[in-house]
Amino acid sequence: MSKKAVADFCVVENSPLNSTNFLIKLKAPLKLPVFQPGQFVNVDIKGTDEIFLRRPFSIYEVDYKENTLSLIVKILGRGSKKLTEIREGEICSLVYPLGNGFTIPQKGEKVLLIGGGSGVAPMLFLAKVSGLQPENVNLLLGARTIEEHVDVKKYGEYGNLHFSTEDGSLGEKGFVTQHPIFKNNLHMFDRVYACGPDVMMRAIAKEAKAANIFCEVSLENLMACGFGVCLCCIEPTNRGNLCVCTDGPVFNINDLKW
Amino acid sequence: MVDLTVKIHNIEFKNPVMTASGTSGFAEELMDFYDVSQLGALFLKGTTLKNRDGNDYPRMAETASGMLNAVGLQNKGIDYFIENIYPRIKNYNTPLIVNVNGSTVEEYIEVTEKVNELDRIPAIELNISCPNVKEGGMAFGVSCVGAEVVTKAVREVYDKTLIVKLSPNVTDITEIAKAVEAQGADSVSLVNTFLAMAIDAEKRTPLLSTITGGLSGPAIKPIALRMVWQVYNAVKIPVIGMGGIMNATDAIEFMLAGATAIQVGTAIFKDPFIPVQIIEGIKEYLERHNLKSAKDLIGALQL
Repeated sequence: MSKKAVADFCVVENSPLNSTNFLIKLKAPLKLPVFQPGQFVNVDIKGTDEIFLRRPFSIYEVDYKENTLSLIVKILGRGSKKLTEIREGEICSLVYPLGNGFTIPQKGEKVLLIGGGSGVAPMLFLAKVSGLQPENVNLLLGARTIEEHVDVKKYGEYGNLHFSTEDGSLGEKGFVTQHPIFKNNLHMFDRVYACGPDVMMRAIAKEAKAANIFCEVSLENLMACGFGVCLCCIEPTNRGNLCVCTDGPVFNINDLKW
Repeated sequence: MVDLTVKIHNIEFKNPVMTASGTSGFAEELMDFYDVSQLGALFLKGTTLKNRDGNDYPRMAETASGMLNAVGLQNKGIDYFIENIYPRIKNYNTPLIVNVNGSTVEEYIEVTEKVNELDRIPAIELNISCPNVKEGGMAFGVSCVGAEVVTKAVREVYDKTLIVKLSPNVTDITEIAKAVEAQGADSVSLVNTFLAMAIDAEKRTPLLSTITGGLSGPAIKPIALRMVWQVYNAVKIPVIGMGGIMNATDAIEFMLAGATAIQVGTAIFKDPFIPVQIIEGIKEYLERHNLKSAKDLIGALQL
């Protein structure tokens, strides 16, 4: 069987989560493979010549029984904007599964999962499948305002939830790196995982490196193909320029030249 | 049963659908999706004498009906290819063609000599048209003298099929095509990307680290088609056409304009199955038009 596929999925749900994030659930025509948290799909967005390339989105949820997968789509540019206008019943082509996922933590380890903006998606997926006791999982989720936070109450069963907003409208005021769970308690964790804006991940990586804590981040470099042939999404690493799509998107911070 | 085979120099290809260099890696990446032996040929990622890191990020910008790239020939060098990649891919049951690059004529010669030793590589594509490197590349391909010098030098050390990849960034592409034909090229492939630019108006910055890059995708198709037509009428050697081919109809148009075979490039980024779908589409077209052979399409434009 082929390792990767291109298939037409059917949109079974497209609902706004808040002012900028949408939940898009897609039903697969073929039995879905097992996805690792951190892996992504490359989505074809139809309807305008301005959007020529696919857009990558990390997996938020997979329901193997229903054969569906869900994405959190945050409006960032013309591609994501157009995708949020897709209607239930419409067809959407996906290339999948792409990239490498996060290193799954070992039993008994304490982990801190940090998601910023739409970067919460793979963190919630990781929390769900980590196999850890909820008390060993801490989820730190950041956004600009309370309106931009996705409702994640149901993730309370997988770990302790912590929030930060830049304006203080939910949880701690400031960036995720200013939250006490990160600022004061980083040494408590065996592993730190992060996905979100580049500046956020760089700030986290800096602290994790200083504290000598295992840390993986998921990068979002611009991609054309998503499967390692165009060499556009490269990230300079200690092993040379690597493709974020096939060598990542998850990287150990010790590999990066950050 | 229609005959899809086409011939370039002394190689018979099972069909005219090939993948363009730089859009299908070293074939292994496509094997994750399907068996590449279905394809007419694969043109492998551009290879130089020594390791090249390529240009800085960002190297890509989406534009209307296409994209710019400024990868800058990132590759690990010909020795790495021979030692590590070639042994893994050499038994794929379709011709694998190495895309040869250099900053100097001597480098082109040295890479070619090394490729010449590889039994399973029946041809090279001499890239004198990469717009994204400071030295060599397109510098050779935009003048008849430059194109002649490289082609002649490589021809002297290479006895298998020599394909020269032409740049569209010239006043008259037929002059370059005729020049390389005169120096012994067995075929020409065209077109490489168009030198182009994209700007972020809000930030007032270029979208590429290199400021300019190469435009590809459906945006360039009509110009590429015109150039294939012009070159087909100017030379006797077979032409391999490419430039924005997205489906079988596009591919057939290139063949009608004179291409013996076609390369699918940027379309692969959208959907790696497009080359396979194009093969099926050509077959269906031939049957529908009661044609027996793909060869019947070559230059069959009715005027």
